Order: sequence, then C-alpha cells, then structure tokens
Amino acid sequence: MRSLKIAIVGSGPSGFYAAEELLQHTLPIEITMLERLPVPFGLVRSGVAPDHPKLKLPALTYDKIAQSARFHYLGNVELGRDLSVTEILECHHAIIFACGAFSARKLEIPGETLTGVHSASEFVGWYNGHPDYRHLCFDLSQERVAVIGQGNVALDLARILAKPASDLRCTDIADHAAEALSKSRVREIHIFGRRGPTQAKFTAQELAEFADIRDCKSIVSPRDLELNLASQQEAADRKSRDINKNLGTLRGFTDTCLQGWSGRICQFHFYRRPTKIFGTNRVEGIQLSVTSMQGEPFEQTVHDTGEVVDFSCGLVFSAIGFGARPIEGIPFDFRKGVLPNTQGRLIGENKEPLYGLYATGWIKRGASGTIGSNRADSLGTVSTLLSDLDRLDKEEKTGWHSLASLLASRQREVVTYKQWIRIDQAEIYAGQLKNKPREKFTDIDDMLTIAKTDSAACDRVAFPEPQPLRR
Amino acid sequence: MTIVVTENCKACRYTECVQVCPVACFHGDAEMVYIDSTVCIDCCACIPACPVQAIYQDSDLPSDLIKWVYINRERAAVLPPITKKCEPLPAAEAKRISLGF
Repeated sequence: MRSLKIAIVGSGPSGFYAAEELLQHTLPIEITMLERLPVPFGLVRSGVAPDHPKLKLPALTYDKIAQSARFHYLGNVELGRDLSVTEILECHHAIIFACGAFSARKLEIPGETLTGVHSASEFVGWYNGHPDYRHLCFDLSQERVAVIGQGNVALDLARILAKPASDLRCTDIADHAAEALSKSRVREIHIFGRRGPTQAKFTAQELAEFADIRDCKSIVSPRDLELNLASQQEAADRKSRDINKNLGTLRGFTDTCLQGWSGRICQFHFYRRPTKIFGTNRVEGIQLSVTSMQGEPFEQTVHDTGEVVDFSCGLVFSAIGFGARPIEGIPFDFRKGVLPNTQGRLIGENKEPLYGLYATGWIKRGASGTIGSNRADSLGTVSTLLSDLDRLDKEEKTGWHSLASLLASRQREVVTYKQWIRIDQAEIYAGQLKNKPREKFTDIDDMLTIAKTDSAACDRVAFPEPQPLRR
Repeated sequence: MTIVVTENCKACRYTECVQVCPVACFHGDAEMVYIDSTVCIDCCACIPACPVQAIYQDSDLPSDLIKWVYINRERAAVLPPITKKCEPLPAAEAKRISLGF
C-alpha cells in the first residue's frame, strides 16, 4: 500500500490534533479533512467568546498543520447532504468523526418553548457570527435575564450581556450582535445553578473575570455559599485548587454594596434548580426548586428541599451542556449525546467493534474540557486507529481526489484551504477598517463569493492601491 | 498573566501537561519542563493535568515560588520544545507519594 488515506470529518481542535498526530507518523498517511462550513476551526472560531482573543490563537497551530502537502481540506461539504459515510470509505481506509457537539441540552421543563427562552448554542452562535444563527433575534429590551448553568459557557453568556457594548466593539464579535448589544437595556443578569459553589464547573480564571467587568457589580448572597460537610471536604481536598479559588472569588462578591448603584448587576445563585418557565405570550419568570446536596464528597447528588421560589425575568438562557448530532448510518448514544466507542473506535448496536470508524473530541467523550483536552483525546483515538492497521482495508484507496470529483459531479462548491485563506484575509482587512481583529462573514454565500474570486481580483478588493510613501 | 512550572516538576517530569497543551509551548531539559510565556495562551489546561500540582498561574504563586516566573522565561528560551508526552523520570512516583498526591 502506497499510503494510508484517512478522512477526518470536522475541522475543529480535535480534528486538527488527530491530523497532526497522524502526519507525524513514519507511515505515509494522507488526510482529507471535511468541514460543513466553508471556514474551518470549529469552536475556536465560533465558540470561544470574542473577548477571549488569546484562546483563538490555536488556529495558528492548525494553520501550520494544514500547510502539509499531505493534508487536504474540503470545506462547504456536509456529511449526509453532500456525501455518505459509505462513499468516504470507498476512497479512504478509515474515518475519524470529529464533528463536535453544539446541540444544546434541553431543560426539559414546562414553558421551555416560550418566546424569550434561548439555548447557549443560539446566543453563542449568534454573537460569534456562525451562519446557522445569524438571523436570530434576542429581546435585549428586557431588564432581567436568567442564565441557567454553572459552567464556563454560562459565564460567557453572562459576561457578553454584562460588558458595556463599547468594550466589545474592537473584538471579532459579529457586527449584528455588536449593534444589538449597543441598544441592550439588560440591567440584571442572574446565573442559576442547581448545585453548590464547590460543585460548579466554572474555571477559576473565568469566574475571577467577574470582579473586573466595567460598570457591572457581581454579587452573591452569603446563604448561597453555605457548604455542608461533604462540600467542605471537597474544598479541603488537595486537588481542589480551582474550587478554593472560586470560593474566594465568590466570597468577595458577598459584600458588594449596591446602594446608589445604577449600573449592571450580575448575581450568582446556587442550590436553585429550574422546574418551570411561566408566562403568557413570552417568558415572564421561572420557578426554581431550592436544593441541597447529599452524599459522599465528590459523589454528592442534588435533592429538592420542597421549598420553591419564583423569579421574574424577561429572558432566559440555558447553558446546561451540549450533545452531538446523530450521523446517518452510524450508531448514536442519545442519552450521552456521543457516538458509542471504546477508546475512540466506534462500536455497533451489539457492542461489536467497527474497525475503520473512529471518533475524537466532544462527539467521542461528551462536551467537557477546554481546547487542550482535545489534544490528549485525539492522541488516544489515533493510537487506537494505528493499533487497528491490520484490520483495515488493505487495498489502495484514491483519497481526496475521488471525493472532490464526486462533489463536483453533484455541483457542490468545495472550498479549498487556499480559498479559506482568501476568506480569512478578506475578514481581516474588513476588520481593520473598524479596528477589529476581523469582521467575520456570517453568510455562506458571501464566503463562497470571496472563495471563488480569482486571486488578482480578490487582492484588489482586499488590498486597495497602496498609499504613496510619506517621508 | 502567565503560567509557570515550579519545583514539584523537578525529578518528576510527568509531561501530562505537554499532552494537553493546545499550542505546544513546553520546553524541557533532563530535569523538568518549562513554559514559553510568549506562546502560552493562558488556557490553564495544564494546571489540573499535573499529577504533582507543579503548575501555577503567576497571580497564584506563593512568594517562595515567584522566582519560577524568571526561571521559566530563561530556560524556555534556550531549550528545545517538547511536544510529546514522555516517560516520567525514575524518581517521579516516589516524589509524588512523598508530596502527598
């Protein structure tokens, strides 16, 4: 066999780390990376908040990986719509699914479908200019907002609502979001979590940012920081550095003085589990069960105390986790929102190993961890794949050429990596005019237009006549 | 803000951190690893990954460990990058147990 042809579906961090690991192997391996959008990088582009620009820098690492002559990017190609798993396997020895997980977990409480109730995916996708979410509207004339969730995504939502719009203007936030946020009348952002402060998944750095939001005060009721014995033991554990830092940050919010304050407020609530969303034509409030934690340290579970409180608000965002979308013809675990697998190798209905089919990233292990977690994850999946070499198809495969021909015969406009660079440069140029790192295209047609524009014309659009040098 | 590897890494060099770094900012010598703060993106993925809790955000450093900011800066600048997890050093397990982890 001249070379191993591996297809990776998805161009986010986990896909690129898998590609990186495979390309470093001594075996001759060629990678075909398929991406549904014209533009790559997954959540590094459309998940990381606009005010966390450093966390987008891994894209530079992915760009280096993409320079390999053995790496082929096919953007604007959707599995299912444009081609099937079978067709990919006809010209590749194996597929690694790195599709991620951006479907919001549902609250599964009455009133969830009321106007004014939104998921994290919708808000994050919207402010990050993801084409699927660009048309959404959020009623930011509402003064009181509830954010449900105790992880970093809940913090992102709250922070974007809390920060003065002018602080976001020079980020890569989508233009339509900057515009809408500049007219926001949101005054109070309340973050609710069903568990206590030692069980919250906020990472310390992200929570600490809430001490420094301009024109916004963060507050916590001391009652919400009461810890039972097991929670105290969790905090005392040597491994609990983040937990203790979080407790310190939150205790600092207990003596916030709001007298005479007319700016924004961000309040953290613990031991509050939403049970119902109420309202007539749109959300008017949520009902919350007051909870307590019970059990052994690090294994505590949530229990309802019987006490119930109502909280009036005009907008609700839920940020309680994500799941992947099922893939046609591939087994799916609906409970966990992942592809069933053993160390990255997919398994069938009867738990039989599906050699040749693999998963990495959130679609493999669930939506947890940060960007770097995917690197270790992908190393694991690649190791499993390489241990299966004897069980993969031995015949020569044609790789990306065949897929490109197939897609052309179906009149699909495939975006190459070089064409992505044109889109990238056009976004950066458009951003320069507004003092932003980039102005993202949010419409797929716009991306395709720039991609197809020949280099010379594109350069004229992106880089106008240089000004004469001044002495 | 910067992230810093401190003395618990010496004689251990587990390199669990290297495996979770999204931007490959670790450099190493025979004793331990160091972070290149010009490449590090402050994602903090390495901090909980270390079996001996050797890694800190600089703002969290106890006063006796602040010198490690400078040691990381100097050493990372002259040492080769480490991008793959390696075997821990022979004394690693014993040190980890003696530190109480």
